Amino acid sequence: MNIFTWKIGGAAGDGQQVAGSLFAKACNQEGLYTYGYSEFPSAIRGGHVAFGVSVAERPIHALYHDVYLLIALNEETVQLHTEEMAKGGIIIYDSGKVTAQAIEVAKKKKIEVCAISLAELIKENGLRPIVTNIIALGASFGILEYDVNVVYTMLDKVFGAKSPEVRDMNRIAIDAGFNYVKKNYLGKKLFFKLNEIQASKEKVILNSNNGVALGAVASGCRAYIAYPMSPATTILHSVAEWAKKTGMVVYQPEDEIAAVHAMIGAMYAGTRAMTGTSGGGFALMTEAVTLSAITETPAVIAVSSRPGPSTGLPTWTEQGDLRFVVHCGHGDFLRVVLAPSDPQSAFEQTALAFNLAEKYQIPVFILIDKYLSEGYKSFDNFKTEVKIERGKMLTQEELLKMKEYNRYKLTKDGVSARSLPGMQNGLHLTNSDEHDEYGFTIEGWTPEMRVAQVDKRAAKLPAILKDLPKPEIYGEKFAKIAVLGWGSTRGPMLEAIQTFENIKYVHIPVVWPIDQKAIEKAIGSAKKLVIMENNPTGQFAELLRGITGITPAKLILKYSGRQFWPEEIVEMIKKIK
Amino acid sequence: MPKLTDFITTKKSTWCAGCGNFGIWAAIKQTFVELNIEPHQAVNIFDIGCNGNGCNWFRCYGFHSLHGRVLPVAVGIKLANPKLKVMAISGDGGALGEGGNHFMHTCRTNVDMTYIIHNNQLYSLTTGQMSPESAQGMKTKSTPQGNPLVQLNHLQIAISAGATFVARAYAFDMQELTRILKAAIEHKGFSIVDILQPCVTLNLINTSSWYTDHMKKLDDTWDPANKEKAIQISGSWDKGIPVGIIYKEERPTLEDSYSLNTKEPLTQQVHAYDVRELLKEFA
Ligand SMILES: Cc1ncc(C[n+]2csc(CCOP(=O)(O)OP(=O)(O)O)c2C)c(N)n1
Ligand code: SF4
Repeated sequence: MNIFTWKIGGAAGDGQQVAGSLFAKACNQEGLYTYGYSEFPSAIRGGHVAFGVSVAERPIHALYHDVYLLIALNEETVQLHTEEMAKGGIIIYDSGKVTAQAIEVAKKKKIEVCAISLAELIKENGLRPIVTNIIALGASFGILEYDVNVVYTMLDKVFGAKSPEVRDMNRIAIDAGFNYVKKNYLGKKLFFKLNEIQASKEKVILNSNNGVALGAVASGCRAYIAYPMSPATTILHSVAEWAKKTGMVVYQPEDEIAAVHAMIGAMYAGTRAMTGTSGGGFALMTEAVTLSAITETPAVIAVSSRPGPSTGLPTWTEQGDLRFVVHCGHGDFLRVVLAPSDPQSAFEQTALAFNLAEKYQIPVFILIDKYLSEGYKSFDNFKTEVKIERGKMLTQEELLKMKEYNRYKLTKDGVSARSLPGMQNGLHLTNSDEHDEYGFTIEGWTPEMRVAQVDKRAAKLPAILKDLPKPEIYGEKFAKIAVLGWGSTRGPMLEAIQTFENIKYVHIPVVWPIDQKAIEKAIGSAKKLVIMENNPTGQFAELLRGITGITPAKLILKYSGRQFWPEEIVEMIKKIK
Repeated sequence: MPKLTDFITTKKSTWCAGCGNFGIWAAIKQTFVELNIEPHQAVNIFDIGCNGNGCNWFRCYGFHSLHGRVLPVAVGIKLANPKLKVMAISGDGGALGEGGNHFMHTCRTNVDMTYIIHNNQLYSLTTGQMSPESAQGMKTKSTPQGNPLVQLNHLQIAISAGATFVARAYAFDMQELTRILKAAIEHKGFSIVDILQPCVTLNLINTSSWYTDHMKKLDDTWDPANKEKAIQISGSWDKGIPVGIIYKEERPTLEDSYSLNTKEPLTQQVHAYDVRELLKEFA
């Protein structure tokens, strides 16, 4: 695998994320592809924060474990990340922050080290401590023997037009680190060189929360109503930041219960609205999912998981809420759970979520996790076109022509046309009680109507299945071993699979409802099925078995709060016979 | 011009004969007629409770929501389409127990809508348990030894939290109730009308004659602009329950904060948007 991974670690607030983003952008500037990911605690200051970037000469889908160049702004970086160092890797460390003992440990592992006093370089160059991270970035490029002019061009692009002073200050900081390393560590070389490649230099880097936010704007979502909770919060931040330009109403109410009900109210009134949260916040929303279901009011809810139960590990990742999202809410009703696997699919599936929610008048989920929410992927060509489908919505003219309008009319496909409040001749009752075709409470003395309404709502399933994206197949189509995954496992799996010639990866983009035929077809002739999930019990495997009887020969599970590393997947697959 | 009968559906009421809900229902209809609001222009969001069952015999755009959740649903509707006349209807249980947090915070929004609380000081649909409005010591099915909690002064909370129209009325004083409802609906901002509603079947303490004995009408000298006094008087109960428009102020609404009144409603804005400009931020 020709992948280079760079990582920077330091105390929270030291600017690792900024340095990481600039590192990736400088690589993009040579056409190279990047995948960045941030690891951090749930605190604003104090605690350890790291940001890693893997670089490749082709589109890259995950962060790699093995680090070739580690920047240690504090002692903990050396302590926590030396384990990740690849053979032939180099650690650049701040000699003012990292003790000799810590470095001895690294040296014993035959890792090259370069000391640099960042505080001294700040002083010498008349800089402010705020650019300490940028000096370290300059030092990284020095070791890599990267063309410093490319870094300048990147700085021009990022800061130039908006704030030339900031650009200039960053330039001095880059030079300080770059020149120091060139002068003092000429002999320290990485076997790896980052060379310019023939690919677009006009890349964008975004994470899946950005994908969801952009998807919402593009699909005509006019109200985003949410209460902050990591890792979903940055969706709220993005749409709030853009609200002036987009005109979207971004509203943070008193709690998640209010957020989801207001979203449903806005959908009922006839606009497109959405909410987003993590598992804990979603736990508060579940009653409203049932409200959406029985009233057939469209609902779009993004859930970005973190390890639970309870507060769990707020800033780490897990696919542990699948069972919860699929089963949440009392009663028996239809829902769709989409599981994007990168920023592009997050964008597309957000657009799809609105179409499905409105066409079928059901709750639709976009289920992601922290690895996706904070995973920064580079794209040459990020597609932003959307198709809007609103389903059966009556116009005022159509309503006026109708002799009798019934909001919950029993139809063959289960979908009955909507009128919107304010329209003449469209009166109805949107009722959380079981109801008749107008919406009147039936109280149970007409059990036929209860059965008819349940059947009507369930009748939507066949059409929904037709609208859902099919399982994706990667690798060797006729392989004996099929690995199956969903959501965020796709990234590391796409990397890992490149090592093998006789493995097939079946990716499930929609985790509920389960399309048995499509999944059976995708698994095809494989003799051995392995299901890979980032949770402790194999939640998708359990759903799959329940619906289809398909039982995997083996589960590959991880639930340490960390995502899968491509390297470890390779090792796990090698063990499968 | 709408008629009273325009607001009636084909469904018969299931309220007990003599229930205070009838008075409230009649006054709301009368108010809509007097204000020339057509059934299709009115969106009423009903809670779960005896009061909310009225959704079946009130002809309008009705939304029978979940217990305690009428306010956030109403806020969402109002943000999406400020042109609608939005009224949320709840019992004291839904409004102050299950929905207490929404109550407090919706006061802060000053969203332009009216909130009607059928206050019978009891959970009635569930056959009579104590509510946040039950007096301390009151014996109910869930408190046979007497309610251990003090009664909530919700109108005091409402004024402190930022509601801009706070009134109390009596279910069986049709004329006064209609006057207050009219003022509440015409008020630009979040208006609360707490309506003392005898529950003839289950609340044998706070009966019609009890209310008649305890109510104290605010007279013409009452200045609803005086916030301090309004907070003070809205807290009184045993020595006379204040009835009338207790507090009123003008303040920009939630819709104003988003400049929604100067644009076409969000319901008219759903189409594909070009996000290529936004995407540049990620370059
Ligand atoms: C979440 C939830 N909890 C409990 C109930 C049961 N429940 C129905 S109505 C009600 C209270 C009714 O009291 P109130 O809101 O004062 O209305 P009233 O019946 O007195 O008009 C309760 C607890 C419910 N429907 N939903
Ligand atoms: S139980 Fe009380 S509140 Fe309910 S309908 Fe009867 S009288 Fe009215």
